[in-house]
Amino acid sequence: MDEGTLLEWKVKPGDAVKRGDIVAVVDTTKAAIDVESWVEGTVHELIVQPGETVPVGAVLATFAAQGEEPKAAKAPPVPEKPEAKKGGKKTAGEKTTEAEPAPAAAPATPPPVPVGRAKFSPAARKRAQELGVKPESLTGTGPQGSITLDDVERAAKATPAAAPEKSRAAEMRKTIAAAMARAKREIPHYYLGETVPLAAATAWLAEYNAGRAVTERVLMAALLLKAVASAAKQFPEVNGFYRDGTFTPAPAVHAGVAISLRGGGLIAPAIHDVDSRPLSEIMPALADLVQRARAGSLRSSEIADPTITVTNLGEQGVEEVYGVIYPPQVALVGFGRVAEQVIAENGAIRIVPAVRASLSADHRVSDGHRGALFLAKIRALLQEPANLAKAEP
Amino acid sequence: MTDTDDIRSTVLAELLRIAPEVEPEELEPATPLRDQVDLDSMDWLNFIIALHTRLQVDIPESDYAKLVTLNDVIGYLQNKLQA
Repeated sequence: MDEGTLLEWKVKPGDAVKRGDIVAVVDTTKAAIDVESWVEGTVHELIVQPGETVPVGAVLATFAAQGEEPKAAKAPPVPEKPEAKKGGKKTAGEKTTEAEPAPAAAPATPPPVPVGRAKFSPAARKRAQELGVKPESLTGTGPQGSITLDDVERAAKATPAAAPEKSRAAEMRKTIAAAMARAKREIPHYYLGETVPLAAATAWLAEYNAGRAVTERVLMAALLLKAVASAAKQFPEVNGFYRDGTFTPAPAVHAGVAISLRGGGLIAPAIHDVDSRPLSEIMPALADLVQRARAGSLRSSEIADPTITVTNLGEQGVEEVYGVIYPPQVALVGFGRVAEQVIAENGAIRIVPAVRASLSADHRVSDGHRGALFLAKIRALLQEPANLAKAEP
Repeated sequence: MTDTDDIRSTVLAELLRIAPEVEPEELEPATPLRDQVDLDSMDWLNFIIALHTRLQVDIPESDYAKLVTLNDVIGYLQNKLQA
């Protein structure tokens, strides 16, 4: 993602915001994203207007910190994908550390509508998006040449079948292509595989779910996610970001979950702090994340900050998956299908449910030996599911 | 609601909500549902939750194995509703 289009402001100047509050909705090639505030304070000025497309890192608005004159303002940048972080961070860093007035916090009057940009009513803009009509193709017939709902409807009839879903899918394909090509170009992947018996985990889950209402049932996917996060906590070299030749381990495990979208494409937003939350919290968080990813209402932090990714392709029936790392992350854990397998153990043959776990890891940051220990840790954690269900096993 | 057609339309409506790409008339009622519709475990759970909510039927996890085809699902729900 290099740019985003501001769809809507959720705040107005003078509003008080807390860190994490949703202040705007931005459309990106992957999805519409709820932009969260990075700061606490009061909205001073909204710089970017709905409908404008701005590059990642651009200042969207200025904020006055508590007890501060509005001139020393802080601004959230356009949300970014991890790999775009570098550019964006710089902007954010400059803005948030500056003591003198931020350059963006100047005019008292709203910025003029840029030359060449016709006025566009929110309703017309929304309709144009629904119909897949490009704003630049529209001719305004309203007051001062503004674009009205009628203009949009007329243009939609004139342009045959500009399917918005199709273009979103095509844009997403491009975004995935760019990230994956970069991963294969820059990251020296190494791959390890391990069969993980799941007899204990399956039995424990069946018993756990038997006594619970359907809405409180836990899926194996949640248990696998928890196992990866708990293991990653102990192996910092698989959990973090590699940028500019330097690896920075992350203090918490924000597990990216690869979610396939029904219209095609893939997105891997994060569930935060999986390493320190109990299974009973991970499951609803996972259900909510999948639902929102498919509905296209993810939050900016969820897109931006997975520290390791988990892919669960076994649902589609494959035995194992060796994934491509999502830069700037340094590892991805894949799970295949959970199925009965013949396992030799203590000189005997047993048939038990098991899963093939794989690790794709960045050789610039870790070596196969540590990677193997990491996978072994995941395996070990899954043998004690009741313990794994705790916040910090 | 114990009428087969009513149950069928409820089941199809909830299935479509989860998998909007499904063409109900193309579904083979006696062929495993998950062979015809791309449902992962999360979709399946949401499907079961939806049926539970709409029809007030308890569907324990241990019964999932009985719910293979569309006909299975409809028959199962009908039994439960009559019981």
